[in-house]
Amino acid sequence: MITINNIHFSHSATSPAVLQGISLQAEQGHLTTILGPNGCGKSTLFKCIAGLWKPDFGEISFNDINILTLTHQQRAKLIAVVPQDHEPPFPYSVLDAVLMGRAAHVGMFATPSRRDRQAAESAIEEVGISHLLHKSYTKISGGERQMVLVARALAQDARAMLFDEPTSHLDFRNQVLVLRKIRQIIVRRSVTAILTIHDPNAAMLFSDSVVVVKEGRVVVQGPPCEIITEELLHEVYGIEVVIGKINGAMVITPHISSESSDNGEEDAKIVNFDSHKNHRKRRLCLT
Amino acid sequence: MTRKTVIHALVLTSPLFIASASLFIGAYGVSPLMVVRSLLYELLPYGSAMADLPEKSIILDIRVPRVLLAAIVGVALSGSGVTLQGVFRNPLVDPFILGLSAGAAFGCAISIGFFPALPVQLSAFLFSIGSVLLAYNIARSQGEVSRLPLILSGVIISAFFTALTSIVKFLVDPHKLQNIVFWLMGSFSLADWHTISVSGVGILIALCPVYLMRWRLNVLSMGEDEAKLLGINVMRDRLIFVVSSTIAVSLAVSVSGIIGWVGLMVPHLVRMITGPDHRTLVPLSMAAGAAFMIFADTVARSITTYEIPVGIITAISGAPFFIYLMKKGGKESWGR
Repeated sequence: MITINNIHFSHSATSPAVLQGISLQAEQGHLTTILGPNGCGKSTLFKCIAGLWKPDFGEISFNDINILTLTHQQRAKLIAVVPQDHEPPFPYSVLDAVLMGRAAHVGMFATPSRRDRQAAESAIEEVGISHLLHKSYTKISGGERQMVLVARALAQDARAMLFDEPTSHLDFRNQVLVLRKIRQIIVRRSVTAILTIHDPNAAMLFSDSVVVVKEGRVVVQGPPCEIITEELLHEVYGIEVVIGKINGAMVITPHISSESSDNGEEDAKIVNFDSHKNHRKRRLCLT
Repeated sequence: MTRKTVIHALVLTSPLFIASASLFIGAYGVSPLMVVRSLLYELLPYGSAMADLPEKSIILDIRVPRVLLAAIVGVALSGSGVTLQGVFRNPLVDPFILGLSAGAAFGCAISIGFFPALPVQLSAFLFSIGSVLLAYNIARSQGEVSRLPLILSGVIISAFFTALTSIVKFLVDPHKLQNIVFWLMGSFSLADWHTISVSGVGILIALCPVYLMRWRLNVLSMGEDEAKLLGINVMRDRLIFVVSSTIAVSLAVSVSGIIGWVGLMVPHLVRMITGPDHRTLVPLSMAAGAAFMIFADTVARSITTYEIPVGIITAISGAPFFIYLMKKGGKESWGR
């Protein structure tokens, strides 16, 4: 279980605080999703949990171990991080890329052993990309690359996993496939998992617990079907939405027509941004 | 798999073949038989008649040390080139482009010109580590070093130290000037057993951590944040790699002057053959660097009656190679 207790973060002493007392809990075997609009402090919070940035104060612990005082190597044995999709400078093979997950376990003056290689291969098998083993990591699709990063995190053999917007660069099909696979792994391995995401629908569908963050504070945390309401989403995102039920799942859909109450406000923002575009938009609405 | 093993074995042993061939080539004609006999002389000293022959001394005291030194310098330049490319996650850097060689050259020049008490190697190391740290910090922003800024800051540092070296040349007395100029052009003509036992051994020792830690270059090349997330102490490891390769390069520069492009060209060629995994890339680059250096030096000393500085040979082959990389890599190499 990951417990975060009242962390504060600001980039420098003079700049305003990005995180203002965040507390949350992520249970073992559950997928805990951090949801919030751009600029809410989601990625800052993620970097703090991952150990890249140190909060000004507050505590982050995993199974009662304070992770803020660990070295990178000690922490990497407990928590594996799946970063956003990225382009490496050299075209490593998928196997070599996954093998990097073993870095915390390989001695400083050593190369990966047979055991490390086996761990990498079984991780590749577990996420179902064995056919890519010797393919170049730069020449596979974004969805496949995301799965390689998931396999790398599995090879790391950690009891907690963090996912940084794993679906942000993917098409619809791959978003679903990747999230499904992540869920399956979390349940099977019974790891503690935290995931950040933009899309409230995906958060509703796939997570056990949702933490809604706005302006550096937690608005609410709980099971998605209990806490996510039309009012909450309006409060956090500033747009009117309707929540309905399709096929037993809760689905969020925004208002599209300009008649609804929030659109005046939204239009005003767009005018500031680009008045020309707004004209066109209005014309489309009229016709 | 077996084909791959054969190719790896060929690259690893290539310095031996080229070195053996190189021993038979030279300005002073020594018959092949005589070359073999001279080489065997050390092992089984047959007959004292052999001891006084000039051929023997040409082979054992000139050609053999020279080939060995070329090989070791090739290992240093190519090994540090592949290391710097991995550490800075930039396929377009090498000791020459980063300004490391220019820093080392300035260090050597002031040591020769003004402070004979200061060991050339030490002075070379101090200025080259200074120049690489400068280039790195100029290019660094928000924890990452982008490709183009790093190359540009390397060019700036390089130009700066080259200018300083010119001042030294301008101010120094003419007798020493000749030494500096000759040595700056890059040459192995001063190779002897003493240089090999001091600088050559030093280079090989300095590269030991690079060789042992080579797998970590894979992880480091993923970027600072990712390497940390994977459990690497990025600052410590980067420092070890940069200091080791700087020691190797400054020792190389202090015995042979500035020899550019080897550190860029050889790792690229090897990467094309073996792929980017540093576990094989590092040893194979070192071997191929040695082979290339012996070859270039053999060309330098035998193509005309006068010896051409070997740095000129490597630059003539390196510049077109760099243009080729630029054109071929395009966005891939120059983008962030």
